[in-house]
Amino acid sequence: MSSEIFLIPFLTGLVCAIVLPLLGCYLRLRDQWLAALAYAHVAAAGALLALLVGVPPVLGGLSMAALAGAGRRLFARRLSGGAGDALLLLGGWSGAVLLAANAPMAERLGHALFDGQLYFASSQELWPVAIGGAVALLALRALSSRLLLARVYPDLFRLRGLPAWPIQVGFDLMAALGLALATMSLGVMGAFALVFIPPWLAFRRAANWRSGLGWAVAISLVAYVSAFALALGLDQPFGPVLAVLLALAGLLVA
Amino acid sequence: MNSLLRTEQLVVGWQQPATRPLDLNVAAGEIVGLTGPNGVGKSTLLSAFAGRAKVFSGRIEQRPGLRLALQRQDVPPVVGMPLSGRELLALTGASAEGLPVWLAGRLDIRLDRLSGGQRHYLTLWAVLQAPADLVLLDEPTNNLDVAGVAHLTEHLRDRAAAGAGILVVSHDTAFVDAVCDRVIALKGHDVV
Repeated sequence: MSSEIFLIPFLTGLVCAIVLPLLGCYLRLRDQWLAALAYAHVAAAGALLALLVGVPPVLGGLSMAALAGAGRRLFARRLSGGAGDALLLLGGWSGAVLLAANAPMAERLGHALFDGQLYFASSQELWPVAIGGAVALLALRALSSRLLLARVYPDLFRLRGLPAWPIQVGFDLMAALGLALATMSLGVMGAFALVFIPPWLAFRRAANWRSGLGWAVAISLVAYVSAFALALGLDQPFGPVLAVLLALAGLLVA
Repeated sequence: MNSLLRTEQLVVGWQQPATRPLDLNVAAGEIVGLTGPNGVGKSTLLSAFAGRAKVFSGRIEQRPGLRLALQRQDVPPVVGMPLSGRELLALTGASAEGLPVWLAGRLDIRLDRLSGGQRHYLTLWAVLQAPADLVLLDEPTNNLDVAGVAHLTEHLRDRAAAGAGILVVSHDTAFVDAVCDRVIALKGHDVV
């Protein structure tokens, strides 16, 4: 890193580039990849709303995403087949765009959230991302076998009397908060790209689950470091550069 | 007799009753077959024993602390997922010991890169060998070739000899006759 002013943004994104693809593997396992995009949009809307009412945007984004993650289960039966996630996505997107369009003070933040201006990240973003990332890694490690069992053998999971809430509401909440934190730094599409594309590619190529997780993180890190250097060198917003690199990798490898 | 599961005049279904009243007893070390035409409620009975389908009348008694395992007809959703056979067995706590030779050497291959029959047998084995006192099997011979059915028959006998109770739903008459100690035939709406 040639300059220290880019160190904190780089570290913030680095944590996201490790945690998001792992989270994405379990979201993909559960057929919830669309939920990731929905959480990112809802978090953006929450951050803009918070700005307007004088609350720190990070708190607003986390709160709205947490509500979406925890509340998702309540409507799961009525809104099956991904309809719930699609509605959340549309609601979050329209709310964010309308807030940004009608409130001058929200417009700048709106641009940052949708452009993915990682280079503006400060220690205010780094610490929550670092702590949240560590918690997410520990939680995923603890929940991994239960998440897999609940997906592959739901009857066996239930017959063993294993508690359902950490797998259902707990995981949804963790995914929502993780996406919200990442969205504040990487932007909506940057965060979604790291959740979606590395696991998608890893699932196609990996020989087993463990190596799938490894592949997802490796792909994510290579794309992240390349995008960071490229966007900096070309003076471009980070989020679209990361997304286009991952999309190209997807087309080449798939 | 060490009864694991007993029913009295049991009627089960989903939204409405789907079976006729059934009296059934499965003891430890016993293999019981449940046969009959489509729509008579065989799979629904297994679902009711596993706590999914609704009991409309009668009752189910289980030995306290009974550990159940249920294999359903539909193959677990493993296509597109990088999950190896070895990882699958680890998930359910099943041992690889006793697997047929045509599968034992393929445990490190992804499940969605196995043939349909191999995948079915491995996903069945993961349930069959999971720690359980009573194993409920729904059409276990689907997609199995002759070698697979022969191995399954032999293994079910071993599992029962080790003390597990097994309740098998199947249309495969030859298999049911070969493996079961008792067979209950549900014909139309009459239990024979």
